[in-house]
Amino acid sequence: MIQALSGQLLLGLINGSFYALLSLGLAIIFGLLDVVNFAHGAQYMLGAFLAWMGLQYLGIGYWWALLLSPLVVGATGLVVERVFLRRLQGLDNLYGLLLTFGLALVIEGLFHHAFGNSGSPYPVPELLRGGFDLGFMYLPKYRAWVVVVSLGISLGSWFVIEKTPIGAYLRAGTENPRLLQAFGVNVPVMFMLTYGFGVALAGFAGVMAAPIYQVTPMMGSSLIMVVFAVVVIGGMGSILGSIVTGIGVGLVEGFTKFLWPEAANVVVFVLMAVVLLVRPAGLFGRQK
Amino acid sequence: MSAPSAAPILRIRDLQAFYGESHVLHGVDLDVAEGEVVTLLGRNGSGRTSTLKSILGLVGRRTGSIQVGGQETVGMAPHRIARLGIGVGYCPEERGIFASLTTEENLQLLPRIGAAGMPDAEIYDMFPNLLERRRSQGTRLSGGEQQMLAMARILRAGARLLLLDEITEGLAPVIVQALGRVVQQLKERGYTIVLVEQNFRFAAPLADRHYLLEHGRVVDTIEAGQLSGRMESLQEFLGV
Ligand SMILES: Nc1ncnc2c1ncn2[C@@H]1O[C@H](COP(=O)(O)OP(=O)(O)O)[C@@H](O)[C@H]1O
Ligand SMILES: [Mg+2]
Repeated sequence: MIQALSGQLLLGLINGSFYALLSLGLAIIFGLLDVVNFAHGAQYMLGAFLAWMGLQYLGIGYWWALLLSPLVVGATGLVVERVFLRRLQGLDNLYGLLLTFGLALVIEGLFHHAFGNSGSPYPVPELLRGGFDLGFMYLPKYRAWVVVVSLGISLGSWFVIEKTPIGAYLRAGTENPRLLQAFGVNVPVMFMLTYGFGVALAGFAGVMAAPIYQVTPMMGSSLIMVVFAVVVIGGMGSILGSIVTGIGVGLVEGFTKFLWPEAANVVVFVLMAVVLLVRPAGLFGRQK
Repeated sequence: MSAPSAAPILRIRDLQAFYGESHVLHGVDLDVAEGEVVTLLGRNGSGRTSTLKSILGLVGRRTGSIQVGGQETVGMAPHRIARLGIGVGYCPEERGIFASLTTEENLQLLPRIGAAGMPDAEIYDMFPNLLERRRSQGTRLSGGEQQMLAMARILRAGARLLLLDEITEGLAPVIVQALGRVVQQLKERGYTIVLVEQNFRFAAPLADRHYLLEHGRVVDTIEAGQLSGRMESLQEFLGV
Protein backbone atom coordinates (compact mmCIF):
# COMPACT_ATOMS: atom_id res chain seq x y z
CA MET A 1 0.00 0.00 0.00
CA ILE A 2 2.52 2.60 1.15
CA GLN A 3 4.93 1.14 -1.35
CA ALA A 4 2.49 1.61 -4.21
CA LEU A 5 1.74 5.17 -3.14
CA SER A 6 5.35 6.21 -2.71
CA GLY A 7 6.19 4.55 -6.02
CA GLN A 8 3.57 6.59 -7.83
CA LEU A 9 4.58 9.77 -6.03
CA LEU A 10 8.20 9.22 -7.03
CA LEU A 11 7.13 8.77 -10.62
CA GLY A 12 5.06 11.91 -10.27
CA LEU A 13 8.02 13.77 -8.84
CA ILE A 14 10.19 12.73 -11.78
CA ASN A 15 7.58 13.74 -14.34
CA GLY A 16 7.12 16.93 -12.36
CA SER A 17 10.85 17.66 -12.61
CA PHE A 18 10.61 17.53 -16.39
CA TYR A 19 7.45 19.64 -16.38
CA ALA A 20 9.29 22.20 -14.25
CA LEU A 21 12.35 22.37 -16.53
CA LEU A 22 10.24 22.64 -19.65
CA SER A 23 7.65 25.09 -18.37
CA LEU A 24 10.41 27.25 -16.91
CA GLY A 25 11.92 27.66 -20.38
CA LEU A 26 8.51 28.37 -21.87
CA ALA A 27 7.78 30.95 -19.19
CA ILE A 28 11.09 32.78 -19.69
CA ILE A 29 10.62 32.87 -23.46
CA PHE A 30 7.00 33.95 -23.28
CA GLY A 31 7.78 36.59 -20.65
CA LEU A 32 10.43 38.37 -22.67
CA LEU A 33 9.69 37.59 -26.32
CA ASP A 34 5.93 37.18 -26.08
CA VAL A 35 6.33 33.98 -28.08
CA VAL A 36 4.42 30.83 -27.20
CA ASN A 37 7.14 28.39 -28.14
CA PHE A 38 5.32 25.41 -29.57
CA ALA A 39 8.63 23.93 -30.73
CA HIS A 40 9.60 23.29 -27.10
CA GLY A 41 8.65 19.62 -27.20
CA ALA A 42 10.53 19.08 -30.44
CA GLN A 43 13.59 20.81 -28.96
CA TYR A 44 13.38 18.51 -25.94
CA MET A 45 13.27 15.54 -28.30
CA LEU A 46 16.20 17.01 -30.22
CA GLY A 47 18.22 17.11 -27.00
CA ALA A 48 17.51 13.44 -26.32
CA PHE A 49 18.20 12.42 -29.91
CA LEU A 50 21.48 14.31 -30.07
CA ALA A 51 22.59 12.44 -26.97
CA TRP A 52 21.52 9.14 -28.48
CA MET A 53 23.16 9.88 -31.85
CA GLY A 54 26.31 11.07 -30.12
CA LEU A 55 26.56 7.78 -28.30
CA GLN A 56 25.62 5.68 -31.31
CA TYR A 57 27.79 7.29 -33.97
CA LEU A 58 30.53 9.15 -32.12
CA GLY A 59 30.87 7.30 -28.85
CA ILE A 60 30.08 10.44 -26.84
CA GLY A 61 28.86 9.38 -23.42
CA TYR A 62 26.14 10.70 -21.16
CA TRP A 63 28.19 13.28 -19.28
CA TRP A 64 29.51 14.98 -22.38
CA ALA A 65 26.06 14.79 -23.93
CA LEU A 66 24.61 16.53 -20.90
CA LEU A 67 26.87 19.48 -21.70
CA LEU A 68 27.06 19.42 -25.50
CA SER A 69 23.53 18.53 -26.45
CA PRO A 70 21.92 21.56 -24.74
CA LEU A 71 24.61 23.77 -26.30
CA VAL A 72 23.78 22.51 -29.78
CA VAL A 73 20.04 22.77 -29.22
CA GLY A 74 20.55 26.27 -27.79
CA ALA A 75 22.60 27.23 -30.85
CA THR A 76 19.80 26.13 -33.15
CA GLY A 77 17.53 28.29 -31.00
CA LEU A 78 19.75 31.33 -31.63
CA VAL A 79 19.43 30.74 -35.36
CA VAL A 80 15.66 30.27 -35.20
CA GLU A 81 15.27 33.49 -33.24
CA ARG A 82 17.55 35.48 -35.50
CA VAL A 83 16.19 34.16 -38.78
CA PHE A 84 12.48 33.70 -38.05
CA LEU A 85 11.13 34.97 -34.76
CA ARG A 86 12.75 38.40 -34.98
CA ARG A 87 10.77 39.11 -38.12
CA LEU A 88 7.50 38.45 -36.32
CA GLN A 89 8.08 41.01 -33.59
CA GLY A 90 5.32 43.53 -33.24
CA LEU A 91 2.83 41.21 -34.88
CA ASP A 92 0.14 39.35 -32.99
CA ASN A 93 1.77 36.55 -30.99
CA LEU A 94 -0.38 34.07 -32.88
CA TYR A 95 2.23 34.30 -35.65
CA GLY A 96 5.02 33.16 -33.35
CA LEU A 97 2.86 30.34 -32.11
CA LEU A 98 2.11 29.16 -35.64
CA LEU A 99 5.72 29.47 -36.71
CA THR A 100 7.05 27.42 -33.81
CA PHE A 101 4.23 24.91 -34.24
CA GLY A 102 5.24 24.47 -37.87
CA LEU A 103 8.85 24.17 -36.84
CA ALA A 104 7.95 21.40 -34.41
CA LEU A 105 6.16 19.51 -37.17
CA VAL A 106 9.18 19.85 -39.46
CA ILE A 107 11.71 18.72 -36.84
CA GLU A 108 9.60 15.81 -35.67
CA GLY A 109 8.78 14.85 -39.25
CA LEU A 110 12.46 14.76 -40.20
CA PHE A 111 13.35 12.53 -37.27
CA HIS A 112 10.37 10.34 -37.91
CA HIS A 113 11.48 9.97 -41.51
CA ALA A 114 15.04 9.15 -40.55
CA PHE A 115 14.50 6.93 -37.51
CA GLY A 116 10.95 5.62 -37.75
CA ASN A 117 8.51 5.43 -34.94
CA SER A 118 10.06 2.91 -32.65
CA GLY A 119 11.96 3.94 -29.57
CA SER A 120 15.62 3.47 -28.91
CA PRO A 121 16.80 2.83 -25.38
CA TYR A 122 19.57 4.94 -23.89
CA PRO A 123 21.70 3.36 -21.19
CA VAL A 124 21.85 4.76 -17.67
CA PRO A 125 25.41 6.03 -17.08
CA GLU A 126 27.60 3.67 -15.08
CA LEU A 127 27.95 6.02 -12.14
CA LEU A 128 24.19 6.23 -11.62
CA ARG A 129 23.22 2.58 -11.90
CA GLY A 130 21.70 0.78 -8.95
CA GLY A 131 19.73 2.43 -6.22
CA PHE A 132 18.97 2.94 -2.57
CA ASP A 133 16.71 0.78 -0.44
CA LEU A 134 14.76 3.26 1.66
CA GLY A 135 12.89 0.55 3.56
CA PHE A 136 9.44 1.52 2.33
CA MET A 137 10.59 1.73 -1.29
CA TYR A 138 13.46 1.26 -3.70
CA LEU A 139 14.90 4.49 -5.14
CA PRO A 140 16.93 4.08 -8.34
CA LYS A 141 19.96 6.37 -8.29
CA TYR A 142 19.29 7.80 -11.72
CA ARG A 143 15.81 8.92 -10.74
CA ALA A 144 17.09 10.60 -7.61
CA TRP A 145 19.68 12.33 -9.80
CA VAL A 146 17.01 13.62 -12.19
CA VAL A 147 14.96 15.11 -9.38
CA VAL A 148 17.91 16.75 -7.67
CA VAL A 149 19.44 18.18 -10.83
CA SER A 150 16.15 19.43 -12.26
CA LEU A 151 15.30 21.13 -9.02
CA GLY A 152 18.81 22.55 -8.81
CA ILE A 153 18.67 23.95 -12.34
CA SER A 154 15.16 25.30 -11.85
CA LEU A 155 15.91 26.99 -8.55
CA GLY A 156 19.25 28.23 -9.87
CA SER A 157 17.48 29.83 -12.84
CA TRP A 158 14.95 31.36 -10.51
CA PHE A 159 17.70 32.77 -8.32
CA VAL A 160 19.57 34.27 -11.27
CA ILE A 161 16.41 35.85 -12.61
CA GLU A 162 15.12 37.25 -9.34
CA LYS A 163 18.29 38.18 -7.53
CA THR A 164 21.06 39.15 -9.93
CA PRO A 165 21.77 42.06 -12.31
CA ILE A 166 21.41 39.77 -15.34
CA GLY A 167 18.01 38.80 -14.04
CA ALA A 168 17.14 42.47 -13.54
CA TYR A 169 17.65 42.97 -17.29
CA LEU A 170 15.36 40.05 -18.01
CA ARG A 171 12.67 41.30 -15.63
CA ALA A 172 12.86 44.84 -16.96
CA GLY A 173 12.79 43.57 -20.53
CA THR A 174 9.77 41.43 -19.73
CA GLU A 175 7.95 44.54 -18.48
CA ASN A 176 8.96 47.04 -21.15
CA PRO A 177 11.53 46.01 -23.77
CA ARG A 178 11.25 49.26 -25.77
CA LEU A 179 12.11 51.42 -22.81
CA LEU A 180 14.95 49.14 -21.77
CA GLN A 181 16.39 49.45 -25.25
CA ALA A 182 16.10 53.24 -25.11
CA PHE A 183 18.30 53.07 -22.02
CA GLY A 184 21.11 51.59 -24.09
CA VAL A 185 20.55 47.85 -23.64
CA ASN A 186 20.88 45.74 -26.77
CA VAL A 187 17.46 44.18 -26.44
CA PRO A 188 17.48 42.31 -29.79
CA VAL A 189 20.56 40.35 -28.69
CA MET A 190 18.96 39.79 -25.31
CA PHE A 191 15.92 38.28 -27.05
CA MET A 192 18.13 35.97 -29.04
CA LEU A 193 20.13 34.78 -26.03
CA THR A 194 17.01 34.29 -23.96
CA TYR A 195 15.37 32.16 -26.61
CA GLY A 196 18.59 30.19 -26.91
CA PHE A 197 18.71 29.66 -23.16
CA GLY A 198 15.08 28.57 -22.87
CA VAL A 199 15.54 26.14 -25.72
CA ALA A 200 18.80 24.84 -24.26
CA LEU A 201 16.88 24.04 -21.07
CA ALA A 202 14.52 21.93 -23.18
CA GLY A 203 17.50 20.15 -24.74
CA PHE A 204 18.94 19.56 -21.29
CA ALA A 205 15.67 18.04 -20.11
CA GLY A 206 15.75 15.81 -23.18
CA VAL A 207 19.17 14.40 -22.29
CA MET A 208 18.06 13.86 -18.70
CA ALA A 209 14.99 12.04 -19.97
CA ALA A 210 16.80 9.78 -22.43
CA PRO A 211 17.74 7.01 -19.94
CA ILE A 212 14.26 7.03 -18.38
CA TYR A 213 11.90 7.18 -21.34
CA GLN A 214 12.50 5.76 -24.79
CA VAL A 215 14.13 8.11 -27.26
CA THR A 216 11.54 8.56 -30.01
CA PRO A 217 10.69 11.32 -32.49
CA MET A 218 7.34 11.85 -30.78
CA MET A 219 8.57 11.86 -27.17
CA GLY A 220 8.17 15.64 -26.96
CA SER A 221 4.77 16.03 -28.52
CA SER A 222 2.98 13.96 -25.90
CA LEU A 223 4.82 15.66 -23.06
CA ILE A 224 4.36 19.19 -24.33
CA MET A 225 0.56 19.10 -24.05
CA VAL A 226 0.85 18.53 -20.32
CA VAL A 227 3.57 21.17 -20.06
CA PHE A 228 1.33 23.74 -21.69
CA ALA A 229 -1.39 22.85 -19.20
CA VAL A 230 1.20 23.39 -16.45
CA VAL A 231 2.04 26.81 -17.84
CA VAL A 232 -1.63 27.78 -17.98
CA ILE A 233 -2.20 26.56 -14.41
CA GLY A 234 0.88 28.34 -13.07
CA GLY A 235 0.28 31.54 -15.02
CA MET A 236 1.98 32.52 -18.25
CA GLY A 237 5.31 34.14 -17.65
CA SER A 238 5.67 33.47 -13.92
CA ILE A 239 9.03 31.84 -13.24
CA LEU A 240 8.52 30.54 -9.73
CA GLY A 241 4.96 29.65 -10.62
CA SER A 242 6.07 27.40 -13.44
CA ILE A 243 8.54 25.53 -11.23
CA VAL A 244 6.17 25.00 -8.33
CA THR A 245 3.28 24.11 -10.63
CA GLY A 246 5.44 21.69 -12.62
CA ILE A 247 6.39 19.69 -9.55
CA GLY A 248 2.88 20.02 -8.12
CA VAL A 249 1.19 18.74 -11.25
CA GLY A 250 3.56 15.77 -11.39
CA LEU A 251 2.67 14.87 -7.81
CA VAL A 252 -1.05 15.30 -8.41
CA GLU A 253 -0.78 12.99 -11.41
CA GLY A 254 1.10 10.42 -9.35
CA PHE A 255 -1.42 10.59 -6.54
CA THR A 256 -4.30 10.21 -8.99
CA LYS A 257 -2.62 7.20 -10.53
CA PHE A 258 -2.64 5.62 -7.09
CA LEU A 259 -6.26 6.49 -6.29
CA TRP A 260 -7.90 6.18 -9.67
CA PRO A 261 -5.47 5.17 -12.43
CA GLU A 262 -7.91 5.77 -15.29
CA ALA A 263 -8.18 9.46 -14.38
CA ALA A 264 -4.43 10.12 -14.20
CA ASN A 265 -4.10 11.29 -17.79
CA VAL A 266 -6.93 13.80 -17.62
CA VAL A 267 -6.53 15.17 -14.12
CA VAL A 268 -4.11 17.83 -15.35
CA PHE A 269 -6.58 19.15 -17.88
CA VAL A 270 -9.41 19.14 -15.37
CA LEU A 271 -7.17 21.11 -13.05
CA MET A 272 -6.43 23.51 -15.88
CA ALA A 273 -10.11 24.05 -16.61
CA VAL A 274 -10.87 24.73 -12.96
CA VAL A 275 -7.99 27.19 -12.63
CA LEU A 276 -9.09 28.99 -15.79
CA LEU A 277 -12.59 29.37 -14.34
CA VAL A 278 -11.48 30.55 -10.92
CA ARG A 279 -8.27 32.43 -11.65
CA PRO A 280 -7.92 33.08 -15.38
CA ALA A 281 -4.42 34.53 -14.99
CA GLY A 282 -3.19 31.29 -13.40
CA LEU A 283 -2.22 30.49 -9.82
CA PHE A 284 0.88 32.69 -9.85
CA GLY A 285 0.01 35.07 -12.67
CA ARG A 286 -0.78 38.68 -12.01
CA GLN A 287 -4.49 39.33 -12.22
CA LYS A 288 -5.15 42.09 -14.73
CA MET B 1 26.24 79.37 -23.05
CA SER B 2 22.89 80.10 -24.62
CA ALA B 3 24.20 81.53 -27.84
CA PRO B 4 23.00 79.12 -30.53
CA SER B 5 26.17 79.88 -32.47
CA ALA B 6 27.94 76.81 -31.03
CA ALA B 7 27.46 73.64 -33.10
CA PRO B 8 24.23 72.11 -31.77
CA ILE B 9 24.46 68.86 -29.84
CA LEU B 10 20.91 68.13 -30.97
CA ARG B 11 19.76 69.26 -34.39
CA ILE B 12 16.36 68.30 -35.78
CA ARG B 13 15.18 69.15 -39.29
CA ASP B 14 11.84 68.42 -40.92
CA LEU B 15 11.06 65.60 -38.52
CA GLN B 16 7.98 63.60 -39.44
CA ALA B 17 6.81 60.82 -37.15
CA PHE B 18 4.22 58.09 -37.49
CA TYR B 19 2.53 55.57 -35.22
CA GLY B 20 1.37 52.94 -37.67
CA GLU B 21 -0.88 54.82 -40.07
CA SER B 22 -1.24 57.95 -38.00
CA HIS B 23 1.05 60.80 -38.89
CA VAL B 24 1.71 62.83 -35.73
CA LEU B 25 4.73 65.08 -36.39
CA HIS B 26 4.68 67.24 -39.50
CA GLY B 27 8.08 68.84 -39.71
CA VAL B 28 9.68 69.69 -36.38
CA ASP B 29 12.86 71.79 -36.45
CA LEU B 30 14.94 72.62 -33.42
CA ASP B 31 18.50 73.16 -32.24
CA VAL B 32 19.96 72.66 -28.81
CA ALA B 33 23.53 73.66 -28.07
CA GLU B 34 25.58 71.85 -25.45
CA GLY B 35 24.73 73.11 -21.97
CA GLU B 36 21.43 74.66 -22.97
CA VAL B 37 18.04 74.05 -21.41
CA VAL B 38 15.15 74.30 -23.83
CA THR B 39 11.47 73.56 -23.36
CA LEU B 40 8.86 72.14 -25.66
CA LEU B 41 5.57 73.84 -24.88
CA GLY B 42 2.17 73.07 -26.23
CA ARG B 43 -1.27 71.82 -25.44
CA ASN B 44 -1.99 68.14 -24.90
CA GLY B 45 -1.60 66.23 -28.12
CA SER B 46 0.60 68.85 -29.77
CA GLY B 47 3.43 66.34 -30.28
CA ARG B 48 5.90 67.11 -27.47
CA THR B 49 6.18 63.52 -26.22
CA SER B 50 6.37 62.25 -29.78
CA THR B 51 9.29 64.58 -30.45
CA LEU B 52 11.24 63.14 -27.51
CA LYS B 53 10.33 59.59 -28.51
CA SER B 54 11.44 60.28 -32.07
CA ILE B 55 14.87 61.32 -30.84
CA LEU B 56 15.18 57.89 -29.20
CA GLY B 57 13.67 55.91 -32.04
CA LEU B 58 10.61 54.92 -30.02
CA VAL B 59 7.96 55.98 -32.54
CA GLY B 60 6.76 53.65 -35.25
CA ARG B 61 8.60 55.42 -38.04
CA ARG B 62 10.33 58.75 -38.53
CA THR B 63 11.77 60.67 -41.44
CA GLY B 64 13.78 63.85 -41.72
CA SER B 65 16.99 64.42 -39.83
CA ILE B 66 17.90 64.10 -36.17
CA GLN B 67 21.57 64.67 -35.45
CA VAL B 68 23.02 64.00 -32.02
CA GLY B 69 26.53 65.35 -31.66
CA GLY B 70 26.71 65.61 -35.44
CA GLN B 71 25.67 61.99 -36.05
CA GLU B 72 22.53 61.15 -37.97
CA THR B 73 20.24 58.92 -35.89
CA VAL B 74 17.19 58.40 -38.09
CA GLY B 75 17.46 54.70 -38.89
CA MET B 76 19.63 53.92 -35.87
CA ALA B 77 18.44 51.37 -33.26
CA PRO B 78 17.39 52.89 -29.90
CA HIS B 79 20.17 51.24 -27.90
CA ARG B 80 22.78 52.78 -30.17
CA ILE B 81 21.23 56.23 -29.93
CA ALA B 82 21.36 56.13 -26.13
CA ARG B 83 25.07 55.31 -26.30
CA LEU B 84 26.06 58.07 -28.70
CA GLY B 85 29.06 60.05 -27.37
CA ILE B 86 27.20 62.43 -25.12
CA GLY B 87 24.87 59.78 -23.67
CA VAL B 88 21.16 60.33 -24.17
CA GLY B 89 18.97 59.86 -21.10
CA TYR B 90 15.19 59.69 -21.13
CA CYS B 91 12.59 60.27 -18.42
CA PRO B 92 9.33 59.07 -19.95
CA GLU B 93 6.06 60.79 -19.15
CA GLU B 94 4.80 57.71 -17.30
CA ARG B 95 8.18 57.57 -15.48
CA GLY B 96 8.89 54.00 -16.57
CA ILE B 97 9.88 52.59 -13.19
CA PHE B 98 10.04 48.80 -13.43
CA ALA B 99 7.65 47.17 -10.97
CA SER B 100 9.53 43.89 -10.74
CA LEU B 101 12.74 45.64 -9.71
CA THR B 102 13.66 47.21 -6.38
CA THR B 103 14.56 50.88 -6.20
CA GLU B 104 18.24 50.00 -6.15
CA GLU B 105 17.89 47.60 -9.09
CA ASN B 106 16.05 50.27 -11.06
CA LEU B 107 18.83 52.70 -10.28
CA GLN B 108 21.62 50.31 -11.25
CA LEU B 109 19.88 48.75 -14.23
CA LEU B 110 21.10 51.08 -16.94
CA PRO B 111 24.42 50.32 -18.59
CA ARG B 112 27.02 53.09 -18.63
CA ILE B 113 26.21 55.16 -21.68
CA GLY B 114 28.44 58.17 -21.26
CA ALA B 115 31.93 58.87 -20.02
CA ALA B 116 30.76 60.74 -16.93
CA GLY B 117 28.43 58.60 -14.85
CA MET B 118 27.43 60.37 -11.66
CA PRO B 119 28.90 58.52 -8.65
CA ASP B 120 26.45 56.90 -6.22
CA ALA B 121 27.50 59.26 -3.43
CA GLU B 122 26.47 62.27 -5.48
CA ILE B 123 23.26 60.59 -6.59
CA TYR B 124 22.23 59.87 -3.02
CA ASP B 125 23.29 63.35 -2.02
CA MET B 126 20.97 64.81 -4.64
CA PHE B 127 18.13 62.32 -3.96
CA PRO B 128 18.45 61.18 -0.33
CA ASN B 129 15.09 59.37 -0.32
CA LEU B 130 16.40 56.83 -2.77
CA LEU B 131 18.98 55.62 -0.28
CA GLU B 132 16.42 55.06 2.47
CA ARG B 133 14.07 53.28 0.12
CA ARG B 134 16.59 51.30 -1.90
CA ARG B 135 15.11 47.94 -0.93
CA SER B 136 11.50 48.90 -1.74
CA GLN B 137 9.84 47.76 -4.90
CA GLY B 138 10.29 50.53 -7.46
CA THR B 139 6.61 51.20 -7.98
CA ARG B 140 5.93 51.35 -4.21
CA LEU B 141 7.68 54.70 -4.10
CA SER B 142 5.63 57.89 -4.00
CA GLY B 143 5.15 59.73 -7.29
CA GLY B 144 7.85 62.22 -6.40
CA GLU B 145 10.31 59.51 -5.41
CA GLN B 146 9.64 57.62 -8.62
CA GLN B 147 10.36 60.77 -10.58
CA MET B 148 13.63 61.22 -8.69
CA LEU B 149 14.51 57.61 -9.41
CA ALA B 150 13.78 58.11 -13.10
CA MET B 151 16.14 61.10 -13.12
CA ALA B 152 18.78 59.48 -10.93
CA ARG B 153 19.20 56.38 -13.07
CA ILE B 154 20.01 58.31 -16.24
CA LEU B 155 22.44 60.55 -14.39
CA ARG B 156 24.14 57.50 -12.92
CA ALA B 157 24.37 55.94 -16.38
CA GLY B 158 26.27 58.99 -17.56
CA ALA B 159 23.76 60.70 -19.83
CA ARG B 160 24.61 64.34 -20.53
CA LEU B 161 21.70 65.06 -22.86
CA LEU B 162 18.53 64.69 -20.81
CA LEU B 163 15.08 64.37 -22.34
CA LEU B 164 12.63 65.02 -19.52
CA ASP B 165 8.92 64.55 -20.19
CA GLU B 166 6.60 66.36 -17.74
CA ILE B 167 8.65 65.57 -14.67
CA THR B 168 6.50 67.78 -12.43
CA GLU B 169 3.15 66.33 -13.50
CA GLY B 170 0.90 65.49 -10.58
CA LEU B 171 3.48 66.27 -7.90
CA ALA B 172 3.09 68.37 -4.75
CA PRO B 173 4.52 71.92 -4.82
CA VAL B 174 7.42 71.15 -2.44
CA ILE B 175 8.52 68.31 -4.67
CA VAL B 176 8.21 70.47 -7.76
CA GLN B 177 10.48 72.98 -6.04
CA ALA B 178 12.99 70.27 -5.20
CA LEU B 179 13.01 69.12 -8.82
CA GLY B 180 13.50 72.72 -9.90
CA ARG B 181 16.62 72.90 -7.76
CA VAL B 182 17.87 69.64 -9.25
CA VAL B 183 17.42 70.87 -12.82
CA GLN B 184 19.09 74.17 -11.91
CA GLN B 185 22.08 72.27 -10.47
CA LEU B 186 22.33 70.11 -13.56
CA LYS B 187 22.24 73.18 -15.76
CA GLU B 188 25.05 74.74 -13.76
CA ARG B 189 27.06 71.58 -14.27
CA GLY B 190 26.67 71.86 -18.01
CA TYR B 191 24.07 69.20 -18.73
CA THR B 192 22.00 69.71 -21.88
CA ILE B 193 18.29 69.42 -21.16
CA VAL B 194 15.14 69.22 -23.26
CA LEU B 195 12.19 69.82 -20.98
CA VAL B 196 8.58 69.06 -21.85
CA GLU B 197 6.44 70.93 -19.36
CA GLN B 198 2.86 71.92 -18.63
CA ASN B 199 4.03 73.83 -15.60
CA PHE B 200 5.27 76.98 -17.23
CA ARG B 201 6.21 78.62 -13.93
CA PHE B 202 8.55 75.69 -13.33
CA ALA B 203 10.11 75.85 -16.75
CA ALA B 204 10.38 79.61 -17.34
CA PRO B 205 13.25 80.43 -14.97
CA LEU B 206 15.28 77.39 -16.08
CA ALA B 207 15.11 77.59 -19.85
CA ASP B 208 17.25 79.39 -22.38
CA ARG B 209 14.67 79.00 -25.10
CA HIS B 210 11.11 77.79 -25.64
CA TYR B 211 9.75 75.94 -28.64
CA LEU B 212 6.00 76.18 -29.12
CA LEU B 213 4.40 73.15 -30.71
CA GLU B 214 0.99 72.83 -32.29
CA HIS B 215 -0.39 69.96 -34.39
CA GLY B 216 3.02 68.34 -34.65
CA ARG B 217 4.90 71.44 -35.79
CA VAL B 218 7.08 74.08 -34.16
CA VAL B 219 5.02 77.23 -34.62
CA ASP B 220 7.13 79.68 -32.65
CA THR B 221 10.42 80.07 -30.80
CA ILE B 222 10.87 82.37 -27.82
CA GLU B 223 14.28 83.22 -26.35
CA ALA B 224 14.38 83.57 -22.57
CA GLY B 225 15.09 87.29 -22.90
CA GLN B 226 11.96 87.96 -24.94
CA LEU B 227 9.70 86.16 -22.53
CA SER B 228 8.30 89.04 -20.49
CA GLY B 229 6.96 90.77 -23.58
CA ARG B 230 5.32 87.60 -24.84
CA MET B 231 3.61 86.37 -21.68
CA GLU B 232 0.09 87.21 -22.72
CA SER B 233 0.15 85.55 -26.12
CA LEU B 234 1.97 82.59 -24.63
CA GLN B 235 -0.68 82.05 -21.98
CA GLU B 236 -3.34 82.18 -24.61
CA PHE B 237 -1.40 79.70 -26.72
CA LEU B 238 -1.11 77.27 -23.84
CA GLY B 239 -4.71 77.79 -22.83
CA VAL B 240 -3.89 78.55 -19.19
N1 LIG C 1 1.06 55.35 -29.49
C1 LIG C 1 0.34 56.20 -30.25
N2 LIG C 1 -0.37 55.75 -31.29
C2 LIG C 1 -1.10 56.57 -32.06
N3 LIG C 1 -1.17 57.90 -31.87
C3 LIG C 1 -0.50 58.44 -30.86
C4 LIG C 1 0.31 57.61 -29.98
N4 LIG C 1 0.86 58.41 -29.06
C5 LIG C 1 0.43 59.66 -29.34
N5 LIG C 1 -0.36 59.69 -30.40
C6 LIG C 1 -0.99 60.88 -31.01
O1 LIG C 1 0.03 61.75 -31.43
C7 LIG C 1 -0.32 63.10 -31.18
C8 LIG C 1 0.76 63.75 -30.34
O2 LIG C 1 0.76 63.15 -29.07
P1 LIG C 1 1.90 63.44 -28.00
O3 LIG C 1 3.20 63.48 -28.67
O4 LIG C 1 1.72 62.46 -26.90
O5 LIG C 1 1.50 64.90 -27.51
P2 LIG C 1 1.86 65.68 -26.17
O6 LIG C 1 2.97 64.99 -25.49
O7 LIG C 1 2.24 67.04 -26.64
O8 LIG C 1 0.63 65.71 -25.34
C9 LIG C 1 -1.68 63.07 -30.51
O9 LIG C 1 -2.65 63.34 -31.50
C10 LIG C 1 -1.81 61.67 -30.00
O10 LIG C 1 -3.16 61.27 -30.02
MG1 LIG D 1 3.04 64.13 -23.61
